[in-house]
Amino acid sequence: MRRLTVGAWLVWGAVAFFLINLAALIGAVVVNSVGRRWFDTWLPQGWTTHWYASAWKEFGLLQVLVVTLEVALLVVAISVLVGVPASYVLARRSFPGRRLVYLLFLLPILMPPITYGIPLATVLYKYGFAGHLAGVVLANLVPSIPFVILTMTPFIEQIDQSVERAARMCGARTWQIFARILAPLLVPGILAASILVLVRTVGMFELTFLTAGPDSQTLVVALYYSMSAAGIRAQQSVDAMAVLYTSSMLVLLVAALRFVNPTQLVARVKDEPD
Amino acid sequence: MSDTALRHRLAERGVDRQLLLLVPGLACVLALFVYPFAYGIGLSFQPASGGVLGAYRAFFTDAYQRDTIATTLGLALPAAILNVAASVPIAYLMRGRFRGKRFLTTILVVPITLGTVLTAEGLLNYLGPTGWFNRALMSIGVIDEPVRLTNNYWGVFFSLVITGFPFAFLLILSYLSGIDPTLERAAATLGAGRWQRFSRITLPLLAPGLATTFCLTFVLAFSVFPSAVLVGDPAGSTRVVSIAAYHAAYEAYDYPLGSAIAVIMGVVELVVVAVVLGLRSLFYTGSTGGKG
Amino acid sequence: MSDFAELRLDGVRRRFGGRDALTGLSLTIRRGEFIALLGPSGCGKSTALNCLAGLLPLSEGSIWQDETRLDTVPPERRGFGMVFQNYALFPHLSVRRNVSFGLQMRRLPRDEVRRRTDEAIKLVRLEEHAAKLPGQLSGGQQQRVAIARAIVLEPALVLMDEPLSNLDAKLRLEMRTEIRRLHQSLGLTTVYVTHDQEEALSLADRLVVLRDGRVEQIGTPQELHNRPANRHVADFMGYRNLLPMKVKAVHGATVTVDGAGLTLDGTAVGDVAPGDDVVAGIRPEDLLAGEHGVPVTVEVVEYQGREFAVEARTGEGVALHLRALERPAVGERITVTAAPSRVLVFAS
Repeated sequence: MRRLTVGAWLVWGAVAFFLINLAALIGAVVVNSVGRRWFDTWLPQGWTTHWYASAWKEFGLLQVLVVTLEVALLVVAISVLVGVPASYVLARRSFPGRRLVYLLFLLPILMPPITYGIPLATVLYKYGFAGHLAGVVLANLVPSIPFVILTMTPFIEQIDQSVERAARMCGARTWQIFARILAPLLVPGILAASILVLVRTVGMFELTFLTAGPDSQTLVVALYYSMSAAGIRAQQSVDAMAVLYTSSMLVLLVAALRFVNPTQLVARVKDEPD
Repeated sequence: MSDTALRHRLAERGVDRQLLLLVPGLACVLALFVYPFAYGIGLSFQPASGGVLGAYRAFFTDAYQRDTIATTLGLALPAAILNVAASVPIAYLMRGRFRGKRFLTTILVVPITLGTVLTAEGLLNYLGPTGWFNRALMSIGVIDEPVRLTNNYWGVFFSLVITGFPFAFLLILSYLSGIDPTLERAAATLGAGRWQRFSRITLPLLAPGLATTFCLTFVLAFSVFPSAVLVGDPAGSTRVVSIAAYHAAYEAYDYPLGSAIAVIMGVVELVVVAVVLGLRSLFYTGSTGGKG
Repeated sequence: MSDFAELRLDGVRRRFGGRDALTGLSLTIRRGEFIALLGPSGCGKSTALNCLAGLLPLSEGSIWQDETRLDTVPPERRGFGMVFQNYALFPHLSVRRNVSFGLQMRRLPRDEVRRRTDEAIKLVRLEEHAAKLPGQLSGGQQQRVAIARAIVLEPALVLMDEPLSNLDAKLRLEMRTEIRRLHQSLGLTTVYVTHDQEEALSLADRLVVLRDGRVEQIGTPQELHNRPANRHVADFMGYRNLLPMKVKAVHGATVTVDGAGLTLDGTAVGDVAPGDDVVAGIRPEDLLAGEHGVPVTVEVVEYQGREFAVEARTGEGVALHLRALERPAVGERITVTAAPSRVLVFAS
């Protein structure tokens, strides 16, 4: 057992302070979402689940949830289909211009979404995609495909290449190698990448905000509108909706953590390969 | 024959049909990222008035617009530095295995799920004038008047810390676990104390990871938009670049100006990232001997 | 088993980014032969094997199986079997499914797949482990699976890429015998890559010594052992004493050389003339302690079972490696000699 030094106590103290405040912050929202009237007191005057019901009705939550799910699943499916083959090439092959291609895939992750979101939304409006589900999906693909590529490339790299060669020496054609050897080995990686893209897409505000129309809002955007249009909606309803949002994200996160190392939530940042 | 010879030569350099697998990915990035960006740059040079550079001139001559850059950097840089600086000691103490590590990691990562709106609502409720925080401080007598912590710089800053810290922490934890722990033990056998082991061995090996983490956290903080509106003072002290860009494009319908601001935002961000990555190249960036 | 008389490599060359990894490899492999490609790491031996397998395209040259040109055929249709250095077992498939993989790729009838898989597993004595995954096996067992997988297709040629390098010393000796036994009993044709000269000498019918991508010598184990073509092959074949010297006199095949305070009689390999700079190569076991000869001082003694490996130094400071049956004392002065037929003089 390590002896704790003064420094360690200070650090754990800071962590505890952060966590207590965080818990109180979340608690304040949860309490407000089930509170009847809450003004200048420690706790509300009474309890109710009324705000959840009204949030569900007023905001048309069902439709918003359906849209959110549609967008997220489409983005996951397309970015996996497009991203995995590309990461295979990046992991296995060296070719002229490889670093340039890698940089091109890295840029969308390095740039704030607003910087490319505004011109992208303009272009999507020009071609009539924006304001619909298609536009929201296309916009969300921009960071998602690179994210899949950056997550899958190191994953494929750690699969021994001689396994593929061995299959080839056993007489397997390229498609047989993909179907019988690579696909089963890649499943955990693809699953992890999919969940991560799902979490990120559900949480992505800026790009959806810029491209969504009234019928293609996801949950985050609907929440933002309801909160910024202050006074029209009861604050407790907004809180109720935010609690719903956070709980569903929490479920996704816990599911994700079962499959992946927590550090992958951020991005497996790999240094530029040579 | 010359066709096969050419294919042969290309294959030797690593060019063959397998590279076609890159095409869909590249097409998406080109069509959805590079082309719109180029289009935006083109648009930014075609303002309604003021010539080619009119939109840029309009931005830089108007102090209300120009100052958004300083405002954004004033929020993003301290927030990113704090997130990275706070993550290092925590992640350092959490190296190795101990009971409850997974649980603690999960707890520290929870803020990722909060989303902007819950964070904003929470900050308004908890830190507001009648919130629990002020109430607690007043009841123990530290303050007489509620401290104003929302709808100003601090609200946005706290929101950036809450959402940015888990990212920084997770990244640094992964970089730290990629450093071979036997290196520190080796240093210990050579007589290095606790602090010397950290500062002379671990920290230099971690430095490139710190730079990368800082960049990613900075990007996150730099693109602050919803929280600046919801818990900040969007017309004044927290009017950040993204608000200016959004207003120009979607409220004033001045697309050239909106695009110009987006371009300026990208340039400023890339300059900061480039400086940090430039500093990073001064450090040792090879293998750190661990699993990562 | 596909019938063929010989496999021919004709001027095979492979470049990597403008650098020759392998050049001018011409070799005829007769059916049933065991060929070892031998050389230090980076000599091009693995490149040669991968070219033969079809995993690397050739830059120049051709490969023929009798009158059929093979180098344009993709690896999966060459009908060769291969054992990889790290075994490259499919981690998600059981031992049985690993072995039967190639048979299934050929779309053979189910009964035949089962029968041949059983036979191959029996051949490498893994019947009890057939249902396990590769991760549950020891290194030696994984090695056997890899071999079974390679030979189950009755390939025209079995390629082995340093298959024993990941095993410990005892297992390595056992598997070496096993490989030779399978080669003989199944009538295989084998090309075996290794950097271990002892392994190559004991297994192969013929050896190909490579260095910097070039063939240094091709010959039987005896030829290479007794008559290395140059100092590099000699270095690889255990001639630990390689002394730079000058030719003093030439009498037919016998040459007198001196340098660094030593004078030796030796046998010339290649053309040498008086005054030439040469290298004299002597195996440690051919340097004998005797009454007459060069006086040396014992510096390091290592016990090696039946004998002692001794490092000694001449008065001029040249280090010599020799063997002794009795343990000499460190610091002791002894005299050593070598028979002229055992001293090879290479033009440098």
